[in-house]
Amino acid sequence: MIAALTVNGRSFEEDVRPDEMLYDYLRRHGFKSVKCGCDTTNCGLCTVWMDGTPVLSCSVPVLRASGHEITTLEGVRQEAEDFGRFMAAQTAEQCGFCNTGFIMNVLAMVRELENPTIEEIQHYLEGNLCRCTGYEAHLRALRNYLAIVHGNSRMFEEGEVPEDAARL
Amino acid sequence: MYTIKHYALTESVSEAWELRQKGKNRVLAGGMWLRLGKGNVINTAIDLTQIGLDTIEEDDGVFTIGCMASLRQIEKHEALNNMCGGLIRDAVSSIVGTQFRNTATVGGSIYGRFGFSDVLTAFMVLDTQVKLHKGGLIPLDTFVEMPYDKDILTEVRVANTPCEAAYESLRLTTTDFPMINAAVSRTDGKWRIAVGARPMKARLLAAAENLSACPGEAELDALEEAVKTELNYGSNKLASADYRREMAAVLVRRAINRIIGEDRT
Repeated sequence: MIAALTVNGRSFEEDVRPDEMLYDYLRRHGFKSVKCGCDTTNCGLCTVWMDGTPVLSCSVPVLRASGHEITTLEGVRQEAEDFGRFMAAQTAEQCGFCNTGFIMNVLAMVRELENPTIEEIQHYLEGNLCRCTGYEAHLRALRNYLAIVHGNSRMFEEGEVPEDAARL
Repeated sequence: MYTIKHYALTESVSEAWELRQKGKNRVLAGGMWLRLGKGNVINTAIDLTQIGLDTIEEDDGVFTIGCMASLRQIEKHEALNNMCGGLIRDAVSSIVGTQFRNTATVGGSIYGRFGFSDVLTAFMVLDTQVKLHKGGLIPLDTFVEMPYDKDILTEVRVANTPCEAAYESLRLTTTDFPMINAAVSRTDGKWRIAVGARPMKARLLAAAENLSACPGEAELDALEEAVKTELNYGSNKLASADYRREMAAVLVRRAINRIIGEDRT
């Protein structure tokens, strides 16, 4: 069957296997930011956006994505790089294997939630597993990122300032 | 992982139903659970995403939830959650993660009648019906006991009857399958209690019908015994039957206390 979809603004149309998953399709077309960690719908590493909504590309048949607009990390390259560098500057990552899926979900969260609380952030990102950091470093950096870049200081006590702001 | 030989983006429920009657054809709802099976060979995967069954509509005192609406949609739907004190939001909020809930569907969760389901347990304590393409409207608690057949669940309908409700579950970790879960609602003083992940599919507790509108401690002690004896429990790698039995009683009481707590203060 023919799958016709848009990836990062570019149109693709071709005959595909009925059980090819979006993840495999994207890798096959060179979108190597999309990785598969668990293949059991748990880890969040394969996160891409379908019409702006974060989904697990390991679980979406590419034929179901037909007619939709897919965004991978390559499609939000500058924003992803800015956030990735911020995370690194905050020493919030270790091996970095999970970060492509994590970044895609963080950027989706920034678009979906207005000034989220720390609880809302934790809840939104629960589906992104990281085996190195224990999440505390992620949250610390994210809290600073949202304050500095998006002006969300809701997570700070009065008089408290974001850490390491000078490293931006 | 599954193998799909043919893929059908159907244009009507009738077309999907006709396909479903043939051989090893399967409806692909969210597909999240289906893909975890080993050696699933599907002749034709029947896709319902292009026939407008992914909406939640409120009309004539009923919420009509299309079978392809995502778990995230029901989690975020304000009117639906306001009607039941956030029961639906609480029930689905621990299901894996945001991306998973954007992909998993209400129809898949309800049709599957999975023993581990949070969704099924929550909808059991609301005035819920399912609409089958050929079978028509069926109360959810009846549907749960029906054998699996080849009909297609197209909608879940929930009466917009304001109620107080609470959801409790016990998990090894936040986003894991529940070891046991319970949902409780009180509508005009009448209680409905469902216990799921026993690990059998959710079931209503008959003893709830005799519970007074604001039960005291002795009545709740008796109800705990009913939770332990009226329902059956099983063991699997998550928990033993004995553990589930004890915890089910605790969760039901905890949920009731959350509802009647405000009455006491």
